[in-house]
This record gives sequence, structure tokens and C-alpha cells, in this order.
Amino acid sequence: MTSPPLDDRSRHLRRLAISAIKSAGIHFGATMSLIEILRVLYDDILRIDPKRPDDPDRDRCILSKGHGVLALYAILADKGFFPTSEIATFCAVDSRLPGHPEHGLLPGIEASTGALGHGLSIGLGMALAARIQKRPSRVFVVMGDGETNEGSVWEAAMSAAKHGLDNLVAIIDYNKLQSYGPVEQVQPLEPLADKWRAFGFAVAQADGHDPADLKRVLGALPVAAGQPSLVIAHTVKGKGLSLAEGVADWHHKRKLTEAETAAIIAELGGM
Amino acid sequence: MRKTCLDMIHRLALTDSRVVYVGSDPSAGTLKQMAKDVPDRFIIEGIAEANLIGMAAGMAMDGLMPFVHTIATFLTRRCYEQVAIDVCLHDLPVRLVGNGGGLVYAPLGPTHTAIDDLALFSALPGMAVVACSDADEMVRLMQASLSWPGPLYIRLGKGGDPVISKEENGFAIGRAIPMRKGSDVLLVSTGVMTGRALAAAEILEADGIGCAVLHAHTVKPFDGEQTVALAQGKRLVVSVEEHSRIGGLGAAVLDALAASGPVPPTLRLALPDSFVHQYGSQDALLERFGLQPEGIAASITQAIRKR
Repeated sequence: MTSPPLDDRSRHLRRLAISAIKSAGIHFGATMSLIEILRVLYDDILRIDPKRPDDPDRDRCILSKGHGVLALYAILADKGFFPTSEIATFCAVDSRLPGHPEHGLLPGIEASTGALGHGLSIGLGMALAARIQKRPSRVFVVMGDGETNEGSVWEAAMSAAKHGLDNLVAIIDYNKLQSYGPVEQVQPLEPLADKWRAFGFAVAQADGHDPADLKRVLGALPVAAGQPSLVIAHTVKGKGLSLAEGVADWHHKRKLTEAETAAIIAELGGM
Repeated sequence: MRKTCLDMIHRLALTDSRVVYVGSDPSAGTLKQMAKDVPDRFIIEGIAEANLIGMAAGMAMDGLMPFVHTIATFLTRRCYEQVAIDVCLHDLPVRLVGNGGGLVYAPLGPTHTAIDDLALFSALPGMAVVACSDADEMVRLMQASLSWPGPLYIRLGKGGDPVISKEENGFAIGRAIPMRKGSDVLLVSTGVMTGRALAAAEILEADGIGCAVLHAHTVKPFDGEQTVALAQGKRLVVSVEEHSRIGGLGAAVLDALAASGPVPPTLRLALPDSFVHQYGSQDALLERFGLQPEGIAASITQAIRKR
């Protein structure tokens, strides 16, 4: 996979996320691999209005891989859900921006996540509720690849297929690296697309760092009528930070050296 | 009580569009009329409790009120994280309906015997924990559940339990019901043990020991106020529960007494802190553990004599 170079907007969103760099430890890898997925969702796909975050008819987006939350904070702040300056309060004692998303603190956070394997069931419930209440809402659930080690994900997948919920879209940020090391060593997922097809999902794949390719796939949902959709977004863990790209040790980092901090800020063009 | 609870879900669903039944893999024919009357709000989801809970939470986030129904030990132990995070952290009106509270399923062994459900769910912030005494009280609980804003655990008994609750006593989640007056001993009981506590009080009365009985159908939020008030001047305060002695009603009673000042003499009648490796009927096991009226009365007599 050869993704196009990161454009200004992608670099801007990374800068916003990294504005927390001096505040607390960061899940660099997961945050950086997510940026384009969330960018395209919030820029082009989700039917949401930052001024009406509780509109019952809105689309829902659940960040099930909650440890990538800085990517979500970056796009939500950029969209006007809250001031971008607040990102620097990340993980402070009384901050509204904890290290995993918490519903009720900030507008736009649909569910509290952090323990993995919860988001797809919650999204399934929301998608069913939309059907029962005859609302047009779609539900997007963004998961990590390692997250799909959790059995609850597959319980939810069976249910979603049983109900034929084509208003439910699961997206896997497939960066192929989990905390300890490569996914294929920790708990191999392949054949990933075939597994999801076997569980009743209609599957599409995209370059998770190419906004045009993501838009092509996410703009043509559901992948198949009458079936839930699964989008495999092929990504690179730590994308955009030379120090972190593809390095398991950068899954979560705190206590960066001054040189590391400076290098990251410089690479993104300042803060 | 069990059948009444399920029938009430159906009845409430007919008039309240928030009410949804979510079952795992219940007995064949469970609520079959509800399945016909409100098919989109009658959901059987299979043996996947973690998913059941998460899904119910998602529905509740969007305004529905799911009643999740399965065996009590599977609701507590199997999917504790989903209950804690998806339901309680979001403070959602999900109702967890647990079949076989206490020793009801003891013949099926420790996997099915719910001796820790009150403790496990009491530990979760925001969770209300209720064990009714009989089917009539279950009707009142189910009606009250519609206006309870947060998570709620409903422990079900075996069914066919003698009706001891009275309509004139009313019902509110969190408010215990004084069932009997007496000057020497206060018995605080929950669930189907209240009937046995009342019978024990009659035995003791005949021996000249006056017993008040307070029915704490709600273990959390616990009615400490009435417990403390009724404990005033008593020679002994006794908790009676079909649950491990760790973290259930006895703990709530002691906690309330300790918070109010010097703790009066207490006696905790409960199951031991161990898995139950005896089988047989609920009644036979309650007798084995000294929790039938005669056993309760004997323990109280002995405790009073010691003092």
C-alpha cells in the first residue's frame, strides 16, 4: 500500500492531537493511524451538526478503540464541538478530555469506551433503536485490529448480521500492530475480510491514509443492502511521525525526551 | 414472581413504547404473546451475554428501556464489565432481570447458583438492587421501574412463593417496608427470606421474644434511615438473606448502623463464603444453612442467650 503524502489538513489534525504532547502520555500509534478515518467521517460522511449534538436523527460515531481518543478530540475540536485550545488540558485533573472518551463530558462523544470490545454491541443497540424508532440514523463503530481479539466483537457481529442492520458500519483501523507487537504474531486475524463475510457482513477495503479512497468507500454505504458493513482501513501505526511509524514501542509513550518532543513538533510543522 | 415479572414486561410494553424485552436463550414459548404483539421490541439474542448488555445499553442511550433477561449468574459474572461500563458508567435505564436468585438453581450446581449477585451488583456505582418477596410485590416493582432513572437489577425467586406483601404498604425502590412490630429484636430481610423472617418472628413471639421485621426489598440504595430508627432500643439486630455473607444485605445493614453511631449487637444470617456444593431443593438447602424459620429462630434465641 502506497498512500499519498499527508496533505495540509491531515497535518493540521495531527498537530491538534499532538498539542497534548506536553500534557500526558499519549497512545501515539493508535492516534496517528486513525486520523484520516475520522477526518473523512466527520468531514464528508456523518450527518451531524456540532450545534445540535443531541439531534435524535444524527448519525452516531463510536470510537470503540478509545485509546486513540486524541484523534477524535482533534477532529471534534476542529469541527467546533469544543475549543481546540482545550486539547492541551488532556488528562489534567479536572479536564473534560480524559485518556479515553467519556460520554457526557464533551459534546460529540457518543459513548464511553476504553475497555475494548464494547463499541460494536453498543452500536448494534443504537442501530436497532433507530430501526424501532423509525429514525434515519446510521451508526459507525471504529475498532482497532487488536480489539477484535475480544470475543464480544464476534458476538455483536453475529447479532448485527441476524438483524440485517445495514445502518450499522464497523470500521477496523488495521494498522497490523498491537501493544506487544505484530498482530499476526500476537493473535493472527487473517483472513480478516473472509471472517467478517462469514459472520454476515458486507466487506469493503480502503487505504486508511488516503482521504479520496476512504471517501470512495464510506460514501457508498451500505456495502450491500440488508447487511451490516465492515470497512477494513489499511493503516500504519504512528502514521506521520517518523519516530513512531510501525514501531510497537510507540503504542503508548510518556516521558518523551526533549529531543523527541522537538522532533515530533518540527516534523508536523510546529505547534 | 418470575412469571409475573415477565408478564409485566409484556403488559408495560403495550402502553410504554420504551419497553423492550431482550432475552438470551430462554425457555421455549417465553412471552410468545409479546412476540406477537410487539415483535420489534421482543428480541432473543442468543447465548452471548456481553453482547446482550452492550446492545441493551446502546438502545437505552437512544431512549429505550430494555429488560435483559437471563440466568442471574450469567448476568453478573459473565458480563460484569459490560454492566459496569456500558450500563452503569453511562447511568442508563437498563433493567437486568436475573432468573434463579439465591439457591433456586442449586440442583444445577455452583455455575448456576446466585449467591453473590447482590454483592457484585451493589458494588457498581448507580446500580439499584431489588429482591421482591412475592409476585404481588413484583407487580408493584415493575410499575415503579418505569420511572426509575438508572440501572436496576431485579432478582427473581423460584415462583409460587407465598404472598406476604400488602398493597396498602405501597412500594418505592429504596424504601424498606416495616412488616411487623416487636420490642426485642429487629430482623431485616430481603427477597423471599422476609416470609421466613416473619414466620421466625412468630416462633420467637411464642417464646416471649418480640421481633420487628423490616422488609428491605431494595438492597441498594439501602434504606439505612428506617433500619437505624427501628434498631433503636433493640437487644439484637439480625439480617437474613439468601446470599453469601460477603457484601449483601448484612453488609448494608452493618454499614448503615456503623454510620449512625455505636453499632448495637448484630447477627448476620446468610450463606457461608463458599460455593454451594449441595444440591436438592431451595427449601432443603435453606434448612441446611439454618435459614428456614426454625433455624432463624434458633440462631436468634442462641444469640440472645449468649448476651
